[in-house]
Amino acid sequence: MPFIPHSKTDVSEMLATIGAPNIEALFDEIPAGLRTGKLSGVPEGLNEQEITRLMLERAEQDGRPLCFMGAGAYDHHVPAAVWEITTRGEFYSAYTPYQAEASQGTLQLIYEFQTMMTGLTGLDASNASLYDGASGLAEAVLMAVRANRKSKSRRILMPKTVHPHYRKTTRTIVDNQGIELVELPYSPAGGNTLEEALQAHAGEDIAAVVIQQPNFFGILEDVDVLTDWAHSQGALVIAVVNPVSLALLKPPGHWGSAGADIACGEGQPLGVPLMAGGPYFGFMCCKQEFVRQMPGRIVGRTLDRDGLEGFTLTLQAREQHIRRSKATSNICTNQGLLVTAATIHMSLLGATGLQRVAQACHDNTRKLVAALTASEHVEPVFDRPYFHEAPLRLALPVDDIARPLQAHNILPGYDLRQEYPELGEALLVCATETRTDADIATYADHLNRIFATRTTAGCPVKPKMA
Amino acid sequence: MSNIPDDLKYSKSHEWVRVNEDGSVTVGISDSAQDQLGDMVFIEVPEVGQTVTAEEACAVVESVKAASDVYAPVSGDIIEVNEALSDAPETVNQDAYGEGWLFRMQPGDATELDALLDADAYQAFLDSESH
Repeated sequence: MPFIPHSKTDVSEMLATIGAPNIEALFDEIPAGLRTGKLSGVPEGLNEQEITRLMLERAEQDGRPLCFMGAGAYDHHVPAAVWEITTRGEFYSAYTPYQAEASQGTLQLIYEFQTMMTGLTGLDASNASLYDGASGLAEAVLMAVRANRKSKSRRILMPKTVHPHYRKTTRTIVDNQGIELVELPYSPAGGNTLEEALQAHAGEDIAAVVIQQPNFFGILEDVDVLTDWAHSQGALVIAVVNPVSLALLKPPGHWGSAGADIACGEGQPLGVPLMAGGPYFGFMCCKQEFVRQMPGRIVGRTLDRDGLEGFTLTLQAREQHIRRSKATSNICTNQGLLVTAATIHMSLLGATGLQRVAQACHDNTRKLVAALTASEHVEPVFDRPYFHEAPLRLALPVDDIARPLQAHNILPGYDLRQEYPELGEALLVCATETRTDADIATYADHLNRIFATRTTAGCPVKPKMA
Repeated sequence: MSNIPDDLKYSKSHEWVRVNEDGSVTVGISDSAQDQLGDMVFIEVPEVGQTVTAEEACAVVESVKAASDVYAPVSGDIIEVNEALSDAPETVNQDAYGEGWLFRMQPGDATELDALLDADAYQAFLDSESH
């Protein structure tokens, strides 16, 4: 939409046409008691010079550390073209551009995004995105309970290997709807969900089983075994997946003999910078038979009355503005800007490029783990294969390692102690394609030096666990 | 404009009811309702064996512009549903009182049928609603 200014004369003419004396008079309908007037408690405004200085000082507090942390958000390279195009006015400042008459470009882009996501996940249909991975899982749980008509229990099996923030967010959203999340333990040796943990619930009425792949520890689950078990019990399978990993790993649509029913996850790894936590976007895909239960916007391709191809929002009767309290969700939007970036990112990388990125992530993490565990004071926590993250156990408290490393501008990894105290002094480390051999050597060097200064004779420190 | 067969009963939520010889009742939505809703794209029928209470939402008819609940006219058990509608939802538009039937149920208490409207009363109800 072009910019159309109006002059004082324009305003006077418009007011005269509608018979209003001034603009204030147009707000007469609002009762005087509801007008706020001056806001108390809000300090005086700063001028542009003052605020610019304040913001520059604040911005300087952002570091650019050498990042070896993943845990749900990953430091990938985003080609410059992605945000050059995404920040164009047509994409950047468009407001809810979903009218078929005015927004064919945007709708086509979303359609392409949906197509790419179904390709990555191996499922039939995708929506136009959700807010983020965590709320995406909550929506998937709600969807599974609606869609699984044979199950009345509203119970979901949720492995402890699913991201702790996703589990918390899901609980917040589904608790008041009477949905119970039943926690499943993981193998202390492998870091994965064992079939035995599922078997403990054999014969029970379960609406769905959640499987994260790779799981929060970066470890690979036995997705085929878990999927088939869930289906044999009449439960649906919700896959929580990393989109970059799907370039290498088996897609959810091919898990087990029938495939996962719903796939969701965090889309940040596709062209979205870390940006101190957001905004990111969630994605959701499902089998065709469940598409009417899928929340969020869906763009469809069709023919107009002249037989010409066009794009439009479809299946809208499920959405909040029509169905209200019986809608599939209260969400009635998507993360359009980030979806734009992700679609351009995937187009530029292509399938082969994405595969190379995934392979590089895996290779670099293997190098990182090898470099760090070369020290007698560091060992892997689990013995199963991983994708691009792995937990490591340290012979010193994590704090004693993390603080000096951060002083050297290194972000060593995610501290696992709070959510998984049973793992001891454990750190989740990650190396994406952006970490070079030199970066890994820097980390290893500093880490070894820290251990050296703290484990000299006379120091009361435990040696490496036997 | 819309037709209202004499031999059926009607609810204020626009369902029609045909009492069958065996005491079961067949339920659908009226011609006026399908006309208001527009082209049907999907019909969600109840499950056979499901027990419903009168005025409880038990089915959904989805058109291009709205998804509307269908309410059980009386209490009872669902004994048959119209499977053909999953491939041809437009049947509800084309033949609302015939092939567009939604489900058949066994009423628990036949006297509940007396509370429904006859054709004239339903016509009067539509007239009063139309402005």
